[in-house]
Amino acid sequence: MRAYIPDYQLTTPTTLAETLALLASEPGLWKPFAGGTDLMVLLETGKLSHRNYVNIWHLDELRGIDSTLQHVTVGALTTYTDVQANTILRDEFPMLCQAASETGGLAIQNRGTLGGNIVNASPAADSPPAFLAYDAEIELTSAQGSRWLPYQGFHMGYKQMNMRADELLTRIRLTRSKQALKHYYRKVGTRKAQAISKVCFAATARASGHKIDEIRIALGSVAPIPLRCVRTEGVLRGQVVDQSLIETGKSELAREIVPIDDIRSTKDYRLRISENLLGDFLSSIAATS
Amino acid sequence: METANNTIQVTFMVNSVSKTIDVYPMARLLDVLREQLLLTGTKEGCGEGECGACTVLIDGRIVNSCLVPIGQINGAQITTIEGIASDDQLHAVQQAFIDCGGAQCGICTPGMVLAAVNLLERYPNPTETDIRNGLAGNLCRCTGCMKIFESVVRACKNK
Repeated sequence: MRAYIPDYQLTTPTTLAETLALLASEPGLWKPFAGGTDLMVLLETGKLSHRNYVNIWHLDELRGIDSTLQHVTVGALTTYTDVQANTILRDEFPMLCQAASETGGLAIQNRGTLGGNIVNASPAADSPPAFLAYDAEIELTSAQGSRWLPYQGFHMGYKQMNMRADELLTRIRLTRSKQALKHYYRKVGTRKAQAISKVCFAATARASGHKIDEIRIALGSVAPIPLRCVRTEGVLRGQVVDQSLIETGKSELAREIVPIDDIRSTKDYRLRISENLLGDFLSSIAATS
Repeated sequence: METANNTIQVTFMVNSVSKTIDVYPMARLLDVLREQLLLTGTKEGCGEGECGACTVLIDGRIVNSCLVPIGQINGAQITTIEGIASDDQLHAVQQAFIDCGGAQCGICTPGMVLAAVNLLERYPNPTETDIRNGLAGNLCRCTGCMKIFESVVRACKNK
């Protein structure tokens, strides 16, 4: 059943400072509202249980992509469309652009934000695996100030995050690699546009010949949170890619992920696809090195 | 500006005409267009951002109007299907949809036309991939989509 619209508040403070003051005034009473592409779906189906929202869409200081020699920093309100248009992200963080291009369709990409994709905390979201595989950091800001923390570990359980109710996710920081990385991103869904992932796989690696020097692997839709697969990385790091290693990696990945049966796919399919994508990624390292 | 009964006053442009309305801030742009402004050309399909029937332009970008609360629209420029033709002259995309059979039952058509108009503004000479990506968020259950694809190609030639 549809929600009763007069029950909902959407207030629009003029500045970021006013927004943070409101979030701090009675922590938990107000929640931020960005592009709305997830929250409005819940509203329409009568499942939006929280009632009081603070509109942040107009806060342009939370938009934009800045770079230094070491980092690229992305504002939390940067949309999927903005991401795809950025040359540095396209060149150095292509998985993020691919995730953006495969999320929803253009109308969703024009409204959906990277910050929203993270704090909505869906395990099926498409950009979190890319952020995890790039070892991103996130900035949380409150009326007291800002703190940076590694994105890995931010999701503690289903929709549980390491942030306080008075904090706003403001920026995401990516470290630029001085060495060439192999990037591998695959979203498996029912169709190319609009579909929500059955499995989403993002990985980076640096290799010398067939030897894996560094590797990071993250998956979506296979656990209660977007999952960085550190145990699988551990059995692969420092090893030479051959068929035996690929099988070892697949076995460890199968122990590390916890896929379930749901409306979009099955546990067995998700497990098989995850293993196959890891195999394909590792094979591609062997093929290009 | 908040008023006594939790409504707010919102001022925005619709098809180049300024509108000021009192409205609950979480009201969907789709419902405000159809029910308060009586612009019923914008259709509701799925109501959850999957089908694109409710597509409008906000500040030149296509959005699903079912997913936009009116509280985020203050100062924005909205274009709906009613603002695409000029006087009695159909837009080249609209004429192409007629000529190629791109419109059948009509529910997806307003959103499909807006997505196509926006596509041609961004890519005056779109590739096949550009057209498919530009219309990927708009679903049609009548035409099989090929006639719509042909309409966009025709509109490029005729504009």
